[in-house]
Amino acid sequence: MLLTDFIIFVLSLWVGFEVISKVPATLHTPLMSAANSIHGIVLAGAMVIAATAHNVVGYILAFVAVAFAAMNVVGGYVVTGRMLKMFRRRATPPAVTAAAGTAGAASAVAPAAAVPSPNGKATA
Amino acid sequence: MSGTFNTVIQLVYVAAASCFILGLHLMNNPATARRGNQISAVGMIAAVAATAALIIHLGVISVTGWIVIAAGVLVGGGLGLYTARTVKMTAMPQLVSIFNAVGGGAAALVAIRDYMTLGGSVAASTSVPTLLDVIIGSVTFSGSIIAAGKLQGLITSAPVSFPGARIVNLLLIAVAVGVGGYVIAAPSLIQLGVVIAAALIFGVSMVMPIGGADMPVVISLLNAFTGTAVAMAGFVINNTALIIAGALVGASGGILTKLMADAMNRSIPNIMLGGFGSGDAIVAAAGVAGAGVQSIAADDAAIQLAYASKVIIVPGYGLAAAQAQHEVAALADLLESRGVDVSYAIHPVAGRMPGHMNVLLAEANVPYPLLKEMDDINPEFARTDVALVIGANDVTNPAARRPGTAISGMPILDVDHAKSIIVIKRSMGHGYAGIDNELYTDPKTAMFFADAKKGLAELTAAVKTLVA
Repeated sequence: MLLTDFIIFVLSLWVGFEVISKVPATLHTPLMSAANSIHGIVLAGAMVIAATAHNVVGYILAFVAVAFAAMNVVGGYVVTGRMLKMFRRRATPPAVTAAAGTAGAASAVAPAAAVPSPNGKATA
Repeated sequence: MSGTFNTVIQLVYVAAASCFILGLHLMNNPATARRGNQISAVGMIAAVAATAALIIHLGVISVTGWIVIAAGVLVGGGLGLYTARTVKMTAMPQLVSIFNAVGGGAAALVAIRDYMTLGGSVAASTSVPTLLDVIIGSVTFSGSIIAAGKLQGLITSAPVSFPGARIVNLLLIAVAVGVGGYVIAAPSLIQLGVVIAAALIFGVSMVMPIGGADMPVVISLLNAFTGTAVAMAGFVINNTALIIAGALVGASGGILTKLMADAMNRSIPNIMLGGFGSGDAIVAAAGVAGAGVQSIAADDAAIQLAYASKVIIVPGYGLAAAQAQHEVAALADLLESRGVDVSYAIHPVAGRMPGHMNVLLAEANVPYPLLKEMDDINPEFARTDVALVIGANDVTNPAARRPGTAISGMPILDVDHAKSIIVIKRSMGHGYAGIDNELYTDPKTAMFFADAKKGLAELTAAVKTLVA
């Protein structure tokens, strides 16, 4: 049984190395956070020790373990989702990127109008 | 336990593990990453539900046992939900560290409790993973709490050490492993207590001497530790889902640790032995504008930026420390609206954890295609009119290309290849490597001495006054 578990462990390590090395640096923080939520699977282990507990010490240890693991799982997935939601492509395609020197008055009007400044009004 | 039931549970565990792997795989692209996280969460729910079914099927759990589980889930889940919803993105490293702590702590508790129920009769096949779990889990628990405290500023981020600290650390390891070996030979709860105590103290003494700037490496390493501890817990209670998930996290933490250490030009043992990464810019030798340094005013810098055709922004931790990510995004938007081609060059160790700067800029609504990794952006500096360096120091120092300096061999951003360079910085203070940045004395470089947030706001205001 130990040998089977060990084989599973080693193969999973290799799968982990393969999958993770393809993640771009841009996503390393969410990746770490996602990995964080995955090790929250220890909640399953905490539940098992709660099931076999039959005295005060056992219950206390199980409670702390379950609470720790639940915090890990819930917090991990929620914060990863929150971060990934922020990663977006441009909402509207870039207006002018090629013509650098010719950035027209049209595009300069928007910021000038958004923030009323004496200069902006004068040129508009 | 009936064979069929057990088979179904095992199949659910394998399905859950597949969800985790698929979830991590989908993280290879920002466009699919969210779906990956959701798939991973579905796997997690399935694994927890299967475990609940297994517990019911075993029929040994008491009513109090259920109450304990329910209360634990409510308290822990509630805390997790609250912190995850309210945490600031600059505080992500602390949060990840706290989750490492509780994950490692839970894994250690599983092994400790399991050991207690077994009493005296423990086979080596169980006691070895039990001890590994207890040691790694305890080190992770106390180490992560110290790391979080340092990142939060509750504990000084400067390296804290004392003469003979390394010997004490070695002794602690010897005690944990030696007594651990004794526990395997002759099971005893008291000796296990000694192992736990030694491991907990080691966690503290391991992280205390490490400076703030080395935190990306430490957090990755502790993440790998947590994964390994969870996998060991899987060995202890013979649960495949824990073994696979733990190994995946261990691999991920291991890779990120290596990447971070390489990007800082440090070896992992070197960082763990501490004493060098003193962290946030030592402002000791802060003589403003020494020989050969030219400073620039906001108006002149604004003119350079506004009439450039290509600008690369190089943000470093100083930007995040000044909470200036929204200001930099505002300036970039303004420049883009004038037709300037703007992109961001992100060094792998910008920020306090791997990829931290990307999250901070994403929060400020910077589209991710503009965030360029070091290897992709470096050839572009030669075609760049202005490189705007904000709060980044050592990672831009051309001295790294020469042998014989403190940062020799460290991969850097080729900022000095740009046609002109503007550096926003409060003073001439050194980065954590403690050496002069040759970029600042380059004739192409102009220093804009200001706090990142204020300086960027001034630049934005100055650009706005210019007629396009």
